[in-house]
Amino acid sequence: MSAQWVAVIGTSLITFALKFIGQSVPQKWLTNPRIVGISALIPIALLSALVAVQSFTEKTNLVIDHRVAGISVAIIALFLKAPFPVVVIASAATSALVYKYS
Amino acid sequence: MSKVASTTIRDSLSVSLTVGAYGVAFGAAAVANGFTLAQSCALSLLTFSGASQFAVIGVLGAGGSAVSAIATASLLGIRNGLYGIVVAPILSVDGIKRVLASQITIDESTAVALRQEKLGPAAMRHGFWLTGIGVFIFWNLFTLAGALGAQAMGDPSVWGLDAAVPAAFLGLVWPRLTTTTARAVACSSVITALVLTPFAPAGLPIIATALIAIAIGSRKVKS
Repeated sequence: MSAQWVAVIGTSLITFALKFIGQSVPQKWLTNPRIVGISALIPIALLSALVAVQSFTEKTNLVIDHRVAGISVAIIALFLKAPFPVVVIASAATSALVYKYS
Repeated sequence: MSKVASTTIRDSLSVSLTVGAYGVAFGAAAVANGFTLAQSCALSLLTFSGASQFAVIGVLGAGGSAVSAIATASLLGIRNGLYGIVVAPILSVDGIKRVLASQITIDESTAVALRQEKLGPAAMRHGFWLTGIGVFIFWNLFTLAGALGAQAMGDPSVWGLDAAVPAAFLGLVWPRLTTTTARAVACSSVITALVLTPFAPAGLPIIATALIAIAIGSRKVKS
């Protein structure tokens, strides 16, 4: 079996196991108010970090490029309470334009 | 099943299409990194987690071993386990449904589910399933298209997709940033992830921010 297939199958098994284990944590562990508070904050932390990494990094380098223009427009649109699809499309259009003309 | 709110459908479809379209970039990149059509599609079907998939093709494409590819991808996959803990009480499913729910427990399905909080638990469940299934369908179709050589759309930057994806996640997390605590967690996480990026292996800068949520979440209860 090629290294590619080993990696495909190995990764798939482990990533599924991680998802399934998370889904299977006994609910009674999660009723403590402290745990409830933490579990509400975890997606906020992870998703905010994801936004930062997707906007300002390239592999292991910090970079400022066309994506910054896109994400800035998204922030402005969100402050103006624009509907979700408008936020995404405005961001994509801005980033694409900056990418084309820079 | 109760009626699905139109805003839930709109959120789910927007996210599914935006993120799904990114599958073209994955499919094209996978083939460019020496993966066959079958291997590229198998990754999207079975791993179904963009970050982990890009890690696998990136590490092997750069000459790394299968073991290091699996290790990096698994590190990135821990995030989905944490999401599983958060969404499980909302979904409350078991058996085959839990297996299906697990496979579609990703950034997008979790984020859309949480965004529906004001509409109640039924809307959160709808958001999770619609988005998870929607992303699954589009991500796999577009992976196939990309792997088949849709080179015209191969560079995601031309279409602004590389900005649209973080913009979509920002739009999803935005309505939750209503309290000082939530904003503090978000800002600290952004800074921490960026500061760690040059030093830590891929995936770790994002997972590490779970510690911020734990630290701030624990203090919040005491006060």
